[in-house]
Amino acid sequence: MIPTSFDYVAPESLDEAVALLQKHGDDAKVLTGGQSLIPLLRLRLARPGVVVDLRKLSDLGRIESAGEALEIGAAATHAEVMNSAAALEKCPLLSETAGEIGDVQVRNTGTIGGSLVHADPAADWPAAMLALGATMVLSGPQGERAVAAEDFFVGLLESAAQPGEILTGIRVTVPRQPAARAYRKLAQSASGFALAGAAVQLALDGDTIAEARIGITGVAEHAYRPREVEAALTGGALDASSVETACASAAEGVEVLEDIHAGAAYRGHLASVLTKRAVLAAIERAHGHAS
Amino acid sequence: MEITVSVNGKPERRDVEPRLLLCYFLRDVLGLTGTHVGCETSLCGACTVLVDGKAVKSCTRLAVQCDGQEVTTIEGLARNGELHPMQAAFREHHGLQCGFCTPGMILAAVDLVDSGEARDETAVRHGLEGNLCRCTGYQNIVTAVLEAAGSSS
Ligand SMILES: Cc1cc2nc3c(=O)[nH]c(=O)nc-3n(C[C@H](O)[C@H](O)[C@H](O)COP(=O)(O)OP(=O)(O)OC[C@H]3O[C@@H](n4cnc5c(N)ncnc54)[C@H](O)[C@@H]3O)c2cc1C
Ligand code: FES
Ligand code: FES
Repeated sequence: MIPTSFDYVAPESLDEAVALLQKHGDDAKVLTGGQSLIPLLRLRLARPGVVVDLRKLSDLGRIESAGEALEIGAAATHAEVMNSAAALEKCPLLSETAGEIGDVQVRNTGTIGGSLVHADPAADWPAAMLALGATMVLSGPQGERAVAAEDFFVGLLESAAQPGEILTGIRVTVPRQPAARAYRKLAQSASGFALAGAAVQLALDGDTIAEARIGITGVAEHAYRPREVEAALTGGALDASSVETACASAAEGVEVLEDIHAGAAYRGHLASVLTKRAVLAAIERAHGHAS
Repeated sequence: MEITVSVNGKPERRDVEPRLLLCYFLRDVLGLTGTHVGCETSLCGACTVLVDGKAVKSCTRLAVQCDGQEVTTIEGLARNGELHPMQAAFREHHGLQCGFCTPGMILAAVDLVDSGEARDETAVRHGLEGNLCRCTGYQNIVTAVLEAAGSSS
């Protein structure tokens, strides 16, 4: 339970951090909140020679409203996103998702960027990023690049961030109005991670759904958008039975994970049920009634 | 590597290995054994301390990450021999039995009250999800936290 020895550096600038990662290559590991990395260090599943702590890069912690977009610094903690007035006003799905992560201590320390790069198949943020169509901004030796959420989660514990790259921020476009949103998760009771979770962002048009974007986590190797469900909801009615029918295919075509906590059939079923609950909760919130 | 951490208001300058966890910095280097280590796997919350006023699990933080920060442990709560209101409420309401979870529970509860999150029973139970207790069944802990929240607001 004692990590192997490593050197520790806390660079003062992003350029310095990128240069350090370039210099040390695979031997270096970025540290932000440590809520995923330190457990791995303790178990010696990660044995970096150098840990590069981003804590002195205060710009990375900012949450800013920029016109029709929200810029969230990658090092903002889950609690900072949860309590951000800008996030609550412009994109409440962010606040709702943040509040569902782990416990107070984890939310006080863990960061949105760390969670996204770590790409745990049961993490909460990836679902919200897909539902919001967010963009990840990465900095590396070749400069900056932007990656859409859909291209960011590529495998089990694998994101599109390359070794040597730092996730600096997340850009979210303010959802089309009138909007409705909800995140529904069934947590594994010991860890708090999602057995399955569905984040839903809708644009409404009177009594129909004008646009639906959904992110599902916990079910497959990485979070995904259930396209069939989105298509079936779009232009559809708001009543419970239409929604339930549309959500039935939430795990269709997906290789569903199976472990000691939940078998594949159960997880696949949860995907549909939680998607349905999230869509109905979103509509109920927006309209003040359950239809 | 040399770090300076303010622990319970006192600057502590020490040379530590980067891999040293904050809980062992407090217990083994500074001798502050009030911070308990239960699971050492980030789950039980027994090791909770305040870093810059926020509850964190000290088994999931490196001591070097705290360079320049303020850490409060259970030893730092009482003032001039008088228990902190949260400690007093735990004693009054029998919020502990064996006491193993208590330091972490109290510090998590202090953060909860300070951040205005201890609004009602549901909020307190939700807010203490990161702290496990094998003895009390939580009821008296929740009662104690609600009382301390009421008396400090
Ligand atoms: C008890 C417990 C319960 C939890 N419950 C949940 C839960 O319910 N839902 C959930 O979603 N998560 C949960 N988590 C995980 C938590 O959200 C972590 O905070 C998060 O996964 C990692 O963020 P971090 O800032 O701590 O990253 P770190 O642990 O510091 O880093 C994680 C990984 O990302 C890399 N990295 C970090 N930041 C960057 C960056 N800016 N650029 C490039 N690479 C980077 C690191 O090198 C490392 O590989 C839980 C964790 C614990 C300990
Ligand atoms: S000892 Fe740190 S959470 Fe259990
Ligand atoms: S009082 Fe014994 S574990 Fe809580």
